[in-house]
This record gives sequence, structure tokens and C-alpha cells, in this order.
Amino acid sequence: MSPLVFANNAPTLAERCKDAAGIALIALLLGIPMIGLTTADQGGSLQVLTRWPLLGAFVAAAFCGRLALRYGLDMLKQRRQTRDREAAARPGKRGVRSIRILELTGWLAFGIALVLPILFSDNRYVVDTATTVLIYVMLGWGLNVVVGLAGLLDLGHAAFYAVGAYAYALLSTQFGWGFWTALPVAGLTAAVFGLALGWPSLRLRGDYLAIVTLGFGEIIRVVLTNWTDLSGGPNGISSIPRPTFFGLPFVPSSDTGTFASFFGLEFSPMHRIIFLYYVILLLSLLTNVLVKRLRRLPIGRAWEAMREDEIACKALGMNITNVKLSAFALGAMLGGVAGVFFAARQGFISPESFTFNESAIILAIVVLGGMGSQLGVVLASVVLVLLPELGRDFAEYRMLLFGAAMILIMVWRPGGILSHREPTLRHQPAGEQA
Amino acid sequence: MALALQQLINGLTLGAVYGLIAIGYTMVYGIIGMINFAHGDIYMVSAFIAVTGFTLLTAFGVTSVPFALLVVLIVAVLFTSVYGWAVERLAYRPLRGSTRLAPLISAIGMSIFLQNMVQLTQGARVKPIPPMITGGIDVLTTDGFTARLSYSQILIVLVTVALLAAFTWLITRTSFGRQQRACEQDRTMTALLGIDVDRTISLTFMLGASLAAVAGVMVTMYYGVVDFYIGFVAGIKAFTAAVLGGIGSLPGAMLGGLIIGLIEAFWSNYLSAEYKDVATFSILILVLMFRPSGLLGRPEVEKV
Amino acid sequence: MRAGMNAENIILSVEHLTMRFGGLAAIDDLSLAVPAGKITGVIGPNGAGKTTFFNCLTGFYKPTEGVVSLNHPTRGALRLADLPSHQVAHVAQVVRTFQNIRLFPKMTVLENLIVAQHNALQKASGFSLAGILGLPSYRKAEQQAVAKAVDWLTRLHLIDKADTPAGALPYGTQRRVEIARALCVDPLLLCLDEPAAGLNPRESGELNELLLRLVADAKLTILLIEHDMSVVMNVSDHICVLNYGRKIAEGTPKQIQNDPNVIKAYLGEEDADELLHAEVSA
Repeated sequence: MSPLVFANNAPTLAERCKDAAGIALIALLLGIPMIGLTTADQGGSLQVLTRWPLLGAFVAAAFCGRLALRYGLDMLKQRRQTRDREAAARPGKRGVRSIRILELTGWLAFGIALVLPILFSDNRYVVDTATTVLIYVMLGWGLNVVVGLAGLLDLGHAAFYAVGAYAYALLSTQFGWGFWTALPVAGLTAAVFGLALGWPSLRLRGDYLAIVTLGFGEIIRVVLTNWTDLSGGPNGISSIPRPTFFGLPFVPSSDTGTFASFFGLEFSPMHRIIFLYYVILLLSLLTNVLVKRLRRLPIGRAWEAMREDEIACKALGMNITNVKLSAFALGAMLGGVAGVFFAARQGFISPESFTFNESAIILAIVVLGGMGSQLGVVLASVVLVLLPELGRDFAEYRMLLFGAAMILIMVWRPGGILSHREPTLRHQPAGEQA
Repeated sequence: MALALQQLINGLTLGAVYGLIAIGYTMVYGIIGMINFAHGDIYMVSAFIAVTGFTLLTAFGVTSVPFALLVVLIVAVLFTSVYGWAVERLAYRPLRGSTRLAPLISAIGMSIFLQNMVQLTQGARVKPIPPMITGGIDVLTTDGFTARLSYSQILIVLVTVALLAAFTWLITRTSFGRQQRACEQDRTMTALLGIDVDRTISLTFMLGASLAAVAGVMVTMYYGVVDFYIGFVAGIKAFTAAVLGGIGSLPGAMLGGLIIGLIEAFWSNYLSAEYKDVATFSILILVLMFRPSGLLGRPEVEKV
Repeated sequence: MRAGMNAENIILSVEHLTMRFGGLAAIDDLSLAVPAGKITGVIGPNGAGKTTFFNCLTGFYKPTEGVVSLNHPTRGALRLADLPSHQVAHVAQVVRTFQNIRLFPKMTVLENLIVAQHNALQKASGFSLAGILGLPSYRKAEQQAVAKAVDWLTRLHLIDKADTPAGALPYGTQRRVEIARALCVDPLLLCLDEPAAGLNPRESGELNELLLRLVADAKLTILLIEHDMSVVMNVSDHICVLNYGRKIAEGTPKQIQNDPNVIKAYLGEEDADELLHAEVSA
């Protein structure tokens, strides 16, 4: 139906219009039941409402959009062809320069992250939002190990997020554990759950693995919603203690001294906010360093090799079971640590925060950012968290846009936006010829 | 005894619905080797179309239930097929030759998109409609409980049986069915023989969507309430059914559907209603671990 | 040098190997003794079961019947069919290449060869702990691994491609990379599945030299599936011919060239002698 033009002669305006009209017709058919008609609750029962103007606008937009898209794509293709021809005649060190840009951007982002709370020390909203971004960055980096490096499609990452959060919630409310002591334990618990997911999934290929991980995520959520004795059921666990500054609580006044009194400062709720921000910044930086290190170690290369070709790995003597399980365990642990922080920050958790939607968001971050790319995850998290803040409309359309973006990115750039892969070992330093 | 019989009836009815959706999964998997993650949401779209359709017909004063049902069925099938076609063209066809991961993520994106699209255009609230078909046959009474076979249940089972027969005929006796089976086995060769592979794949998606559409209409009529999330849950269960029956096998999909439906009915009644979904997911994991080719499927040998 | 088989130096003994898929016997009662330190060729028309044979050897298929036994110098007789594929490579030191090249395309050539040394490096990294901490013991192990990789890359004339992503290389080069990678696993028995496919005559000549040198220098045995007769006939000490899963002939290259069964299998009943002779002596 769609006229793919391979020949050098561009399609005529009539052909373009016919193509766009076809798309508009499809849009009409798709739109009638969903956009043109809808049902609404009026006086206790459903009534049908019509929205023909909206449908008309949708169809018109489809028509114009298709015309513009085809035209734009054809122009881009022409421009790229000329550019490729020129580039082939002149082999350059373009690759090295783009690596430099990426590195610089990374350092810049780090710098901004470091000083942000100081610059906005009286703006709770900014620091709060930045904290949320960092939580998603950490979740994304954790999932990146499983999906980006090891190539295992995990649709249930929110489960490990939940395990970490609930582990901390229970340890602190039931046993009085502190944040820093509970952190490694909760992380290890999540890692064990990662192994529990990995073990039945060992022989599963892509699609089946995805569904099983999704099922795992749902099982965890259903159990948390229903095992009320353990998890508080749909009401969750509340009154989770906030982290302290080496024992000094962030409260206005206390018998044993507070953070503000110790440092001779006047109490401000911003202290806790900023402290939390630096905690998550520290956790995510540790994550980044850890993952970067692991990538250069045999296990990291094994993950990537397994992603590329599992059978070749087996033929070279690699025990794929261990490689897979380690990816799951590490990804789960990192997700769990993020969960601990989430619980400590919120003071209250419930199964609502750990749905499949959450897993899908984290996956979207990893995929859109570029699988395996640390910086890409950061960029995608920023976009994800900031987009709904730009306006109510964006908030409503956020998931819709994300779904569409996932499709578009896969069609256009399956590797993600920043999909360049930096080798872990070089024979000659980058930019030199042998 | 009657209670058990009621569970049996309920389970088979539910299973028939799952089976219809599962056939769509298995047909698409057979022909392009990928799970259509958005299939459950196609079913959900059809359920919403059914709600709109029934409400519209009631507003027009249509009182004949069989007429309304027929109209809504046809309308839902038509529109849902277009959705099925669009999903394939947008999310799958551009990625035909790429790695396994890309189409899967694209499908997940499509699923998210459809769910949110329906949520935005139709409202996030649950949609209730008054029951269309009431009444049934009392079958057995023991211990003060009466097992009842409702007319809507009979209808669902009859429609399912009819569709299954029609599809089996379509796949085994018509030339389209042959083309489809050829595409399943060797796409390149089929193309070289002059068969329009793209068209065959599109039609397969549309057929799968039609079956899901029928399931959506049936469910709307049966339960009387839909929301934008039913596709997600039903999708996983139907996929489990397809895997249980043997992915690629049409009778297997229906068999798997019936089994899942029965397990769900009995589990939720005798053990615990909250954990019935956990039971289904656990079955999926167990089947994939121990018998990945399912009950009626052929074991796949990976070419090294 | 290339004399007949010495019965004491059999590195791989295959006895009554049968592999059935449903009703089809892809390999039917195959028995073969592969002499150590020599090059054994496995030839036969397409579909004869050669790659299936390799899959049975290396743990990718579980044979329906039969015994495949590797005589390891230190570990004794190992029954390959009982080992999972990664242990066939790691413990029995039987390493193979693939008919459809299986490199890690997004990783560089050098990385491909380092991955091949995964087990040794993983041990040296102490479950990654020594690696994370940057301990010198791990760094030394990594340097040694790189040195070995560089050594093989140099010997196979691939060193200038060390930092190129493997997927970006031309086909013939990729084949050489796959062989270099297999060599980094320190194999006792190297199973090459059509290494000359896609090579031009000069490249296949170089391949011949490489194979002969490998067997002469390293303590290596080579088992070779190949269609290119200019390679097989010139390097093999011993050839086994398969057709429809059965062994139809076995012997030295000269014997195989003159064997009527072989000629019949390749060319059918008519147009026998001249054509096969011409192809084979190329």
C-alpha cells in the first residue's frame, strides 16, 4: 500500500497526495470508534458522545503529517546520500571527535549534578525533581546491565525495586534497622530474588524470557498486594524512618541533638531534601563506577558476548548459566538499592508504585537512551521526569508519548539514541592507525 | 457437586474466550516468529468498541438482542481488523529483518500506546453496560446450590466452536491457508514462489485481530464491564494458553485456553481468588521450564 | 611424516555414532578414529551430516546412540556426549568454528579473542573482586591474555584489524578471526567447519600454510569440514567421506580421489572419472 520509492525520480505531487489520502483513510477507520465516538457516564448509565470535529482534525492531521513526513524523509535521504558520498571519499577521524563530545557531556552532567542543590538551595521543587531523576537514572543503570549489556529482556524490573523497598521498610519498622545498615542487606535480598528469576529463565529466548520476567513482576506485585500480614496489603507500609546524618535526625528539635543544632544552623526542611539528594547522587555514582569497572572485566565482556551470540560463547568454553545469573543478580541488586532509597525518601510505600507500568518506564529509559550507554540513560531519565512537569497535557500524554517513542526509536535507530559502543580494550589508542 | 459443575461451566466459558485470543497469538507467532505483545490490547480495543456499539444501538431503540449482537460483532471485527493491520505495519513490518529485541520492544511500545490511547480517548473509568442476555438453564442442584448454565455462556461456547471449525477449514483447505503455512515454514522460498508474503502476514494479523475482536465482544456481553487494563491481563493469560498448548498449534491454543480457564475458575473458587493470576503465571513458568514445546507442539531444534 | 595411522595416537574415537531427528537419521552408525597431531578432513555432498557430526562432538546435539571419546593427555578418556557444550571446550579442549560465522559483531577483533580466554581471566579476577579492586594479579593476567591474542592476530595477519568491530570486516577476514579466536582457547582438537568458504585461491593457499604450520608447531589436531578440494586434498593426512549420514570411504587423499563410491556420491552414476579428477587435483 505504501509506495516505497527506490528509483531516483521523486514521486509526483499527485502520487504523494494519493499516498497521504490512503493514510488519512486508515486514520479515519482507526479514529471512528475511539476518537469519533466515546461513551461517558451521564446520569448513572452510559451515553454515546460524538466528536466528529475532533475526528476531522485527526484525519486532516494524518493527511498533512504524512505528506510532510514523506517529503521530509525523502529530503533527509537525499542529503544523507550526498553526505555519505563525500565522507567515503575522505575517511576521517570523525569517530574520535564524537567520543570526545560524549565524554565532555558526561563530565558536564556530573558537574551540574554535583552543584545543583547548592545553586537551588532554597528551591525544594528543583531538588526534589532532581532526586527523582537520579532514582530513575539508578534504576536505568541497573536495568542496563541486564538488558543493555547482557541482552536479556527484563520486563519485571520493578519487582526488584519493590523487594528492596519493602525489605528496608520491614527492617526499619519491625526491627529498627538504620538506612545504611539495611542498604546492603536489602540489596542482597533483591539479588537473591534476581537469582530466583534467572534460574527458571536460563533456557528461554528473547520473547519468552520477556513474558516470564513480566509474570515474575506481576507475581511479586500480587503477593505484596495480598499478603497483608507481611506487606500491609494495598495500604502498604508507612512511617518508614527517614535517613539520618550519622545518627543526627533532620527534625526541628530532639533530645539527642539534631542535624541543624549540631552544625549550628537554623532548622530548615531543605536540609533533609538536600541530604537525600546527595545520598542518591552518591549511590548512583557508585553504580556508575561499578558498572563501568565490571564492563572492562571478564564478566562484563562475557555479558556483551552473550548478548551477541550465546552459542559462540558456549563453544568457547563459557558457562552461560553463571553469566546469565550474575547479570540478573547484579541488575536486581542495583534495583533493590534504588528501592531502599525510594522507601526512605517517601516514608511510605505501597504496591501501587511497583506495577508493570513502572517496569515499562524503566525499560523505556534504557531502550531510548541507547542500550549499554550510561549517558543515554541519564538523558532519557531527564526527559522522562521533566516532560510531565512541562504541563498538565504532557503529564497525561506522557505514557502515550513514551509508547510511541519506543516504536519510533526501534524503527529508526534500534540501538537507541546514543548507541555507540566504546570497546573495553584497545590494541592501539583511539584515533591512531596501526 | 453442583458447585464444582458451576466452576466447570464458568471455567470452560472463560477458557473459550482465552482460547480465541490465544489463537491470535499462535497464528502470529507461527508466521513471523514473534509474540505480538499488543495482541491483548487489540482485544481490549474491541471490548470498548463493543461497549460503544451496544450503547449506540440501545440509544437508537434497538431491542432485538440477536440483531444487536450480530451488528456489534461485525462492526467490532471490521474496526479491530484495521487496528490489527495498523499494528503490524507500524510496529512489526519495519523491523522484519532485525534482531529479536527490537520488534519486541516496539511491540511493548505499541501495547503501552494502545492502552494509553484508549485511556485518553475513552476515559480512564470503568465502562459498565446493562446485561444483554439474561437467563439460563438450571442444570443441577445439590446442597442448596444450583449450577446454572446461562444463555450467554452457551452462546460463547457455540460461537467459539463455530469459529474454531471455520478457522481450521481456512488453514487446511483454502489456498490462503496453504500460503500461510508456507510462509510459516520458509518465508524466503514462499516469496520466491511468487506469493505475496507481506499480504499474507497482514491478513494473518487481521485474522488474529478478528478473533480477539469476537472475544472482546463476548466478554463485554458476558461481564458487562470493561476497562483499559483488561487487555494486559487477558493477554498474558492467553499467551500462557498458547504456550501451554504448543505455540504454533491452533487446536493447542484452544486446548490451552480451556485448561487455563478451568484452572482459574477452580483455583479462585476453592483456593484463593486473589492469587489466581499468580497461578496462571506460575503455570507459564513451569511449562516453559519443563516442556517448552507445550502439549500439542513439536519440539524445536535450534540450528547451530 | 604423513604416514598411516598410529593406533596408539588416536585423540578422538567415534564409535557407532547415530543421530536421529524423528524418523530421519542425520548420522547413521559412524565410526571414526582421528589421529593426534594430524589433519583429518571430513567431506561429503551437502546434507551428508558433516555439521551435525560436529554438533554431536561439541555437545550441541545429544547423540541418539554411540560413543564419542576424547583421549585427553592429562584428564584421560572423556566422553564428549556426556559433557555440556561449554565443558567440551573448557575441559576437553575441543574447540570449533561455525559454518555461518559466529563472531561477536559489535565487539572488536581483540575483544573477541579476549572473550575466548574468559575462563582463565575470570579465575584471575577472583569473581571480579580482584578486578574491581584493580589488583596487580588480575592486571597481569589481563596483560598476558592480550599478549596471547596479539600473538595469534599477528600470526594470522590480523593485527591491523585488532580494534575494528568484528561485524565490519569482510567475510574472508571474519573467517580468519574466528580461527584466531578458537586458537585462543588453547585447543587440543580444533574443529573447523568450512574455513575456506568465501576465500579466494590466494587466501585458501594461505589457509593451507596456516593449518600445516599449526599442526607442526603447536600440539594441535585438526578436524576439518570442507568443500574446497584444493584445501582438503592438500593438507589432510586422512580423509573421511560422508554421504547421507554414513561413512562411505576413508583413507589418504590419494585413496579417496580414486574411490568409486566417493565419485558416485558426488557426481552420480555417470560422468564420473574425468570431472572429479579435474576438480580434485586443482
